[in-house]
Amino acid sequence: MSDRFGEALDRITRVGGVLGALLVSAEDGLIVSDALMEGVRGPAVAALAASLARRCGLVAGAADVGVIRFLHLQGTDGILTIVPAREGTLLVSVGSSEMNVGLARLEMLRAVEVAP
Amino acid sequence: MSATRVVEEWTLEPLEHFVTESGARLTLLMTPAGQVLAQHGFTRAVDVMAAAALGAAVFSSSGEIAYLLGDTEFATVHHGGARHGIFLGGFTMPHGRLLALVVYGDDTTIGLVQLFFDELVRALAAVAPRQERQRPVLAADFERELNDSLASLFGR
Repeated sequence: MSDRFGEALDRITRVGGVLGALLVSAEDGLIVSDALMEGVRGPAVAALAASLARRCGLVAGAADVGVIRFLHLQGTDGILTIVPAREGTLLVSVGSSEMNVGLARLEMLRAVEVAP
Repeated sequence: MSATRVVEEWTLEPLEHFVTESGARLTLLMTPAGQVLAQHGFTRAVDVMAAAALGAAVFSSSGEIAYLLGDTEFATVHHGGARHGIFLGGFTMPHGRLLALVVYGDDTTIGLVQLFFDELVRALAAVAPRQERQRPVLAADFERELNDSLASLFGR
């Protein structure tokens, strides 16, 4: 992992309410790189986020809305966001219900630009 | 009819849950020597026996590489293919070591298989008998026991 991308992950985790950010292989559901607070189950989030993104991609195709640019999952106790990155990877962030989704999205899109 | 067949009844529910959640196409639970406890997805006895023997051999071989590297063994081994991947995971039950061989397709990921494999191990540990019955291995019983196991695995 390049230092630049590590810094980008760190910047995402500095957004209010974000508990962690991960770069995940979309095909494998495995973590490429992460910056996670203690208690976040990184491998589980990575595997399930990749599965979710794949299924949402199928839905997007069926609905003829093009490729996925941003996924936002709002749960009762937190938020998960996913942005497809380069080379078959996904950028995933996990946060509490207070997560600043707008700012997190901006940082994620910025991070995608520097992804390896 | 369920595609999951078991020799050891306590493995059935955890294995069925694992297969459903992970999207695995084929699964074998076996001893490191290749003796099968349960299987999902196989339709022919010869396939089970070949997969069990080869899976146990692969895991054993990789364990030797781990030993050369100063590790005791690799907890899991993964081979990725263009359309299928195989996953081998070793784990310890109260009565000894077991091995899972999982074949998965492009409709799931190694990450999901690994995730639900960890759950499978926890679920099996919760229901596993504390101690295996100690039985002498007699040549006279071997063929009958083998036939009994194959009958359980294929419902014949």
